[in-house]
Amino acid sequence: MSQAVLDKLKERFGTAILETHAFFGDETAVIEPSQWKSVCAFLREDPALDFDMPVDLCAVDYPSRTPRLEVVLHLYSVPLGHRIRLKARVGDEDANDAELDSITSIWPGMNWLERETWDMSGVRFRGHPDLRRILMYPEFEGHPLQKTYPADRTQPLVAYRTEGEAGMSLNKLEPFGADEGMPFGRNPLPRAKES
Amino acid sequence: MEPLYAELEEGEMELPAEPMHLNMGPSHPAMHGTIRIVLDLSGETIVRADVQVGYLHRGFEKMCERGTWAQVFPYVDRLNYVSPMLNNVGYALAVEKLCGLAVPDRCQWYRMILGELARLSDHLTCNGAMAMELGAFTPFLWLIKAREMVWDILEEETGARLTHSFGRIGGMANPPTADFKGLCRATLPKILGLVEEGEKMLLKNRIFMDRLENVGRISGAEATALGWTGPCLRSTGVAYDIRKAHPYLKYDEVDFDIPVGTKGDTLDRFLVRLGEIRQSKRIIDQALERMPDEGPISCDDPRFVLPDKGGVYTTIEATIQHFKLIMEGAKVPKGEVYSYTEAGNGELGYYLVSDGTGTPYRVRIRPPCFQITGGLSKLLEGRMLSDIVPTFGALNMIGGECDH
Repeated sequence: MSQAVLDKLKERFGTAILETHAFFGDETAVIEPSQWKSVCAFLREDPALDFDMPVDLCAVDYPSRTPRLEVVLHLYSVPLGHRIRLKARVGDEDANDAELDSITSIWPGMNWLERETWDMSGVRFRGHPDLRRILMYPEFEGHPLQKTYPADRTQPLVAYRTEGEAGMSLNKLEPFGADEGMPFGRNPLPRAKES
Repeated sequence: MEPLYAELEEGEMELPAEPMHLNMGPSHPAMHGTIRIVLDLSGETIVRADVQVGYLHRGFEKMCERGTWAQVFPYVDRLNYVSPMLNNVGYALAVEKLCGLAVPDRCQWYRMILGELARLSDHLTCNGAMAMELGAFTPFLWLIKAREMVWDILEEETGARLTHSFGRIGGMANPPTADFKGLCRATLPKILGLVEEGEKMLLKNRIFMDRLENVGRISGAEATALGWTGPCLRSTGVAYDIRKAHPYLKYDEVDFDIPVGTKGDTLDRFLVRLGEIRQSKRIIDQALERMPDEGPISCDDPRFVLPDKGGVYTTIEATIQHFKLIMEGAKVPKGEVYSYTEAGNGELGYYLVSDGTGTPYRVRIRPPCFQITGGLSKLLEGRMLSDIVPTFGALNMIGGECDH
């Protein structure tokens, strides 16, 4: 990753770059969501930056923050060998209205990544050509990687058989209750206080 | 019935054909049971291909948020289940970057050798399975026989053939066995011999070559913009290999080349994999020379590394350390990190967020073949139906990794 990229971004976009840091040598810039697409286009087109590979896109859910979802984009430049991480914070405290401009037109590889981020975390991408669910099925409700989605919730497409329908004892284990499993010291409440 | 010799106009010769919908997969042998392609066909030509994934989605990222950092290892085994060791090493390196740990030299060499063995197994399976999907069953048996030899070594080392769960934060589970080096040195020439035989049967076969050459072509710029990495990107002539571009472990100290293709077609992908098998052997040979026979395999940091079993049963300090690490998990410092390694299919990245507790706050995996499969429809459109099998086979889509 490269500090020069961050300097260049700050020079070009000024206040639209909300903050920058470089933990473990991973240069990161947090961007005003409205500038998402123009920053990406600049990174792609500027010959001194030349980010030609979309590496990864995902979202991290922080239920105690507003905006709640943090969209994380990693980019790489094959000819210049540098990386950058971009972030945009979107969505209200219930993770609704999380919207961002689609950058599929800049990198075609973003198509599936944006679909995945919509599917898993519930960030809607404006102007995406085909924003369907990708890993889950169309009938699925909710977005599983939001912290408020219970990990033990099941949504079978065909309802489970009851013992009456099967005409025999099915002997199934009940799913985990709220107080079961291992919480590992973390507050299980969705609105956990952030330290 | 019209007589056969009836004179027809040119236009009447073509049968009227409406575009036909065809579902290929998920239960189709060439689709690995996990991919469905909805095709719009005009005759045998593909007009539109909609590739659908997700049939093997198991909520990997959600499940990682429920255990300790060390409990993620068995999950990463099941991502790319053809080369689980590379996933283990990749995840261990990511957590170590977050913790600021540096593993001993011996462990780094050991990880490299095991990783390259896993890469051998990955490429052997991909090339063998692709040949089998095209009807060449014998080369598949040859290459799988070679893969069995790789797995025999890994079984000897880790105790498991497939899902090793052998990586640990700050080291490996066990030091190399006493005859590890001897076993590798004895087996590698046999593996290369089998590869050579399998290769001869395929590359001199006219049918095989015709079905691969110029099928599924893509340019380097297009592949990069799709986020392709690994052998599929290198087949287009872009020599991007993380082992060379951003060396980790000891890859900067060994001598190897990056095989690249020229045309970016299916044959190039096949040849690049064959080339990488030979380069992996070179790397293993050098690493075997340089790996020390003595010395610690894990770092000496009681905050992250389990104490040795003897101590756990005899001293109170080690018992407490063991208990804390198992029950609460290693407390990984607060922060976020993106760590990337070269896996069998390309850049395997882990984006980890830690809130300072023993449980990961977010584990994001960047599976290389998710992006590669995303480009499949582009390769298929305008081609014939029968080109799907070699094109898809050469991408080496691994369901566990693609669908997390």
